Amino acid sequence: MRSTVFLVALSCCGIALASCNKTTSPAGDTIPIGEYASLTGNTATFGQSVHSGAVLAIDEINTSGGVIGKKINLITEDDQSKTEDAAAAVHKLIDRDQVIALLGEVASGRSKAGGPIAQSAHVPMISPASTNEDVTKIGDYIFRICFVDSYQGQSMARFALNSLGKKRAALLEDMKQDYSVGLAKSFRETFAKSGGQIVSEQSYASGDKDFHAQLTSIRSFNPDVIFVPGYYNEVGLIVRQARELGLTCPILGGDGWDSPELTKGNESAFNDTYFSNHFATEDPDPVVQEFVKKYKAKNDGKTPDAMAALGYDAARILADAITRAGTTEHQKLRDAIAATKDFPGVTGMITIDKDRNAQKPLTILRIVDGKFHFAQRIGANGEALTPFNPNGKNSMAPASTAPTSAAPATPAPASTPAGK
Amino acid sequence: MSQILQQLVNGISLGAIYALIALGYTMIYGVLRFINFAHGDVFMVGAFMGYYASTWVSKIAPIGTVPAAILVFLISMTICAVLGATIEFLAYRPLRSRPKLTVLITAIGVSLFLEYLGQLPAVFGPDPRGFPAIISSKPIIQSTLLTLNVVQVVVIGVSLMLMFVLRIVVMRTKIGTAMRAVSFNQQAASLMGINISMIITFTFAVGSALAAAGGILYASQYPSIDPLMGIMPGLKAFVAAVLGGIGNIPGAALGGFIIGIVETFVAGTFLSTYRDAIVFAILILILIFKPSGLLGQKEIEKV
Repeated sequence: MRSTVFLVALSCCGIALASCNKTTSPAGDTIPIGEYASLTGNTATFGQSVHSGAVLAIDEINTSGGVIGKKINLITEDDQSKTEDAAAAVHKLIDRDQVIALLGEVASGRSKAGGPIAQSAHVPMISPASTNEDVTKIGDYIFRICFVDSYQGQSMARFALNSLGKKRAALLEDMKQDYSVGLAKSFRETFAKSGGQIVSEQSYASGDKDFHAQLTSIRSFNPDVIFVPGYYNEVGLIVRQARELGLTCPILGGDGWDSPELTKGNESAFNDTYFSNHFATEDPDPVVQEFVKKYKAKNDGKTPDAMAALGYDAARILADAITRAGTTEHQKLRDAIAATKDFPGVTGMITIDKDRNAQKPLTILRIVDGKFHFAQRIGANGEALTPFNPNGKNSMAPASTAPTSAAPATPAPASTPAGK
Repeated sequence: MSQILQQLVNGISLGAIYALIALGYTMIYGVLRFINFAHGDVFMVGAFMGYYASTWVSKIAPIGTVPAAILVFLISMTICAVLGATIEFLAYRPLRSRPKLTVLITAIGVSLFLEYLGQLPAVFGPDPRGFPAIISSKPIIQSTLLTLNVVQVVVIGVSLMLMFVLRIVVMRTKIGTAMRAVSFNQQAASLMGINISMIITFTFAVGSALAAAGGILYASQYPSIDPLMGIMPGLKAFVAAVLGGIGNIPGAALGGFIIGIVETFVAGTFLSTYRDAIVFAILILILIFKPSGLLGQKEIEKV
């Protein structure tokens, strides 16, 4: 009897505490925004770049007075490039730090680990760079501001066929990464449908170091182009080993290649390789050049990569949505993010569509002696916005991607630098 | 056909490194009867020491030349020999009279300690780094039939040479005889006047130096190093040691080559996703059907 009373009393206390938690507003005079990123580990440069982009954006917003009269407080958790740590980081940010919104991961697998937690807590999450289709299918609180894998894979397949004139492709995908599998799938479909032939398909697992076996098998099929939609750490080793084995054909990839670490020590092996990306530092668009200048000033002269640009855009879109919503209330904030239209980001004009994905253009870069050069820009519907620039050197075409909404975009006049 | 020859070369050069690491496992098992799970992490430290040594050596001799490479190997192998002996002294020696299980668990602890210590930014840092080209990767043979480059030849050559040296040390020298005696019967060996502790320290030092050499060779072939790089090669070398017959030196070398070749052939087919699974399936099968390994002798446990 006595223990029952005690239990009832205890549970009452529990309820009181819980409701107490609920009614307290997240913070007094700052707005807590959570960020989980891979600051260390296998894909460390992704997390670090996104983080420094986001920090740059938030510092700018805070120095110009913050949003709805409050300063933004960015709380960052490192997930060490591990899926299980990503879920733990999101739990901590939501439960303990009571963040009002999340800036999500770069790697799709880790966004998919954190997304369901954010969705069930009704905390809006914006992924700066997770391109796998399924990420935003988690629920109506999950957004992204980058293009999706299918678009990336399709664009690279068309690029291989139309711009490079290649017909026999080999695929080498990372089975452990949703991102890589997704890109390979859309590349395979588009390439085969558009008159090309996939001659060999091989796979590996992130963390592998030895790819000689797969590449030897690929070599025996004599492909004229290889698609390797992996992350930079493995791709660096793959391209080097491919060249060692005498595979001299062009090698293509996706935005997972974008890292200053990619070509380190293997500059010559990377000649005749191309990858799709969100942004090119050579872009003469003043919005981009302004960002490059500010980023360099803040990061000891380091050139921003696409992840930094996406981190910057993600934080600014979130701040813009808070301003438009006029509140940090979850539901209203979600609606405001969903209503983002023609936001002038450094990675292009961004419109969030009904599937909470971003409609925006894609840039293909060519690597020459370890440097990334602009090669071609492709619009949101797969149309070439600029002619292919085969030598890839010092000729960044004037930006020409104005309309990127769902409507069929027509190539903008070639000389509107403010378009992107 | 061309593929089979090429895959064989790929497999042998990977297997040579597994063999070097497996030798360390098997030697330590031979004298102490426990699996030193920290061995894969000594391999990692070896690669990192090679990385630091090469920046230091580059001031004396240009990287890519033979003297520089030899110097890098010697520095890294010496540091790791000291590290191995230190680990034995601090972590395993105080437990020598305890049950073997205690030592085994300690070994796992030492392994985790090295992995996470290495990930601290003040030590190595968690991010993968490129490994300097201390061995050139220029092709020697380049045809559609076979591509062979300097690294692969050096990896196979250095591994075989070190195994040969080890064989001479174990079979022909006084200390090697003492090692075999300790491995055969520790108590009897100590009654014959052999300094057991000294032999154990020596075994750890030699095993760790071989792991360091393996680390540099591995990093030269796959030039990306990080503090967790030792886990997989360490586990596979362990499988190799068990496959060859743990405690048996030629067995460890044989096991290493077999694992390397099997792994490469599996990865070259449509089964590439399953390559690690197949390696560990070999471990399970060998433990079920021939627990003493290919070359190991059946040990009768006296009760």
